[in-house]
Amino acid sequence: MSETYIVRSSAIAARLLAGEMMVMNSADSTFFTLNEVATAIWQAADGRTPLREIVREQVCEQFDIDPEQAQADAEQFVADLSKHGILLVSDNPMSAESAR
Amino acid sequence: MSEVGQKAFNLGVPLAVHMDVTYRCNERCVHCYLDHDDHGEMTTAEIKGALDQLAEAGVFFLTLSGGEPFMRRDFFEIVEHARRQLFNVKVKTNAVMIGAAEAQKLRALSIDSIQISVYSHRPAVHDAITKLPHSFERTIKAVQFLRDQGLRVSIANVLMTPNLADHYGVQKLAAELGVNYTLDPTITPMMDGDTSILALRVPGEELEEVFRNPALVPNQEEFCAPPKPPSDEDLEGYSCSAGHSFCYISPYGDVFPCVQFPLPTGNVRRQKFLDIWNLSPQLKEVRSIQAKDLTVCSSCSHVSSCSRCPGLAYMEGSMRGPSTADCEKSFYRTGVPTANMLRQGLSKPRTTAPLVQIQPVAVSA
Repeated sequence: MSETYIVRSSAIAARLLAGEMMVMNSADSTFFTLNEVATAIWQAADGRTPLREIVREQVCEQFDIDPEQAQADAEQFVADLSKHGILLVSDNPMSAESAR
Repeated sequence: MSEVGQKAFNLGVPLAVHMDVTYRCNERCVHCYLDHDDHGEMTTAEIKGALDQLAEAGVFFLTLSGGEPFMRRDFFEIVEHARRQLFNVKVKTNAVMIGAAEAQKLRALSIDSIQISVYSHRPAVHDAITKLPHSFERTIKAVQFLRDQGLRVSIANVLMTPNLADHYGVQKLAAELGVNYTLDPTITPMMDGDTSILALRVPGEELEEVFRNPALVPNQEEFCAPPKPPSDEDLEGYSCSAGHSFCYISPYGDVFPCVQFPLPTGNVRRQKFLDIWNLSPQLKEVRSIQAKDLTVCSSCSHVSSCSRCPGLAYMEGSMRGPSTADCEKSFYRTGVPTANMLRQGLSKPRTTAPLVQIQPVAVSA
């Protein structure tokens, strides 16, 4: 089974406000507020850790969520953010420098 | 976005900070309130340290300005550091030092937007205000370079007597260039207390024309409607985000509630930013003032809709008092006299308010 790797784009602005991550892409002014679970995935998006592992360790272990549901939600979340260039997705590990 | 702003306001998080990295400038604008000599600006390391603290404090929106920020040789290093700290960065500049290469660098750093001062669509009028020959030509070229990089550019048009007739022209120029346009009729006294530049303020009668310009104010009927009687909620409300979720840091490290609110609250060279933000008695006082506490404005029919600036009020003598410049705006916007005018028996606002700019605390490097 191929893995999915995610890395935060370096073109975005982001800050934690009361446990929720504000993320803004200056290129198209899209603005997102991520909930706690999405914030955990976002913070773990280092380009080296497979998404499956992030979901298992950052989501299932820290939040009481069914693993299959968590994986499906995470894939949807990643697809949404990658559409806006906020997360970059690859089948191979990536470095943070490649995220421009 | 406004939901986030409200949340930060309620939590007392400094969501936005305006930092002037220098007061030095290559222009000598006739209306400028700054002293352009360098009295010991923060070093690169000090600014980076302050930015690290701001990121830790939760600041998301960072405006970098001056003076002319590009007068600092390390300006790109500062922007790069700010972006590494994931701030949403906005730059305010006269842009005369921005060529194609600088525009490209700014694009590569993914800044949010850039605001550029343009005073007139007529080169001679613009250059007479900036006192820098060919500044119009250089500024407009820079606007094109930045726009061509896909950056969000807005032209800021400060309106005053020498360019009073030109706001239509600048607005048209902005449209032709494909950039945004903002207009600001606010002129403040100089930092040394000299109020002579207030003579450049647009006379109130002329403001009326600005407010009736549908290209500037699309929702005419609502904007110019007589004020509604204030509700209890209005009287429990606060003036603006100054000191609540916003503050200003000078090139010398002084922290103020706003660019236009020269009440010293601390200095990031001597104190931690969060200590100033959380513990400053001055900031606590600013945060405590609700509309019902205002000495004159609480009984004014405009209290719920006025743009009253507590900083300008402070410069007039009391942060709880009226800001005459905003009284003027409220009057010329609606035709309804303000409580401040009525108590003075005025049928029209005074043209020049007795503002006194307070000298920021001098701090040696």
